[in-house]
Amino acid sequence: MLSISQELVDKIIAHAWADHPDEACGVIAGSVGSDRPERFIPMENAERSPTFYRFDSMEQFRVWREMDDRDEEPVVVYHSHTSTEAYPSRTDISYASEPNAHYVLVSTADPDNVQFRSFRVLDGVVTEEKVEIVQA
Amino acid sequence: MAIEVRIPTILRTYTDGAKSVNAAGATLSDLIGDLESRHPGLKERIVDDSGLRRFVNVYLNDEDVRFLGGLDTPVADGDTVTVLPAVAGGKR
Repeated sequence: MLSISQELVDKIIAHAWADHPDEACGVIAGSVGSDRPERFIPMENAERSPTFYRFDSMEQFRVWREMDDRDEEPVVVYHSHTSTEAYPSRTDISYASEPNAHYVLVSTADPDNVQFRSFRVLDGVVTEEKVEIVQA
Repeated sequence: MAIEVRIPTILRTYTDGAKSVNAAGATLSDLIGDLESRHPGLKERIVDDSGLRRFVNVYLNDEDVRFLGGLDTPVADGDTVTVLPAVAGGKR
């Protein structure tokens, strides 16, 4: 289960709309082992594409080092799908490489029904999990 | 002196959980060979027949080695090499 504040959910969805129709992506850092997402870090989609995203490698390096220095880890790795449902694609699964992360997918395909879903992806196996909104 | 190699969470199974390990070599390619001799299995998670795996980013100090010399990039004692999984995906 992903426990996350409404404020962070809103920030992810706002970022998805800001970059729509391109895919938006980013991470939410939290203390190592806490499983609590706390620090919102929108990332640049180096691909600037409606069908693909990739963290800019130098931005990722700076952000990962900063997390390391603060004893944080990427608790949430998020991205948006802008014309398909919020479910991990084959590409998403093949790249998923943070074993402790919740992979959040947002779909902006239907403006009246924005999807926000969370998954674990381990060794190519996708498991959807419940999202619980908690007090910040 | 040695070269410090920082290992991402997903590859720490090869380093007994260590966040960073030491290795030696004159180029990144040599260094990865030396890593493999100390931590068998690590090499194939970083490189394949065509070079650096596309799922992986490798940095020498503060630079992405893809913008340097790739596997031929010279390395020296005191350098830090950081391995990170690339974060990417998409709708297909």
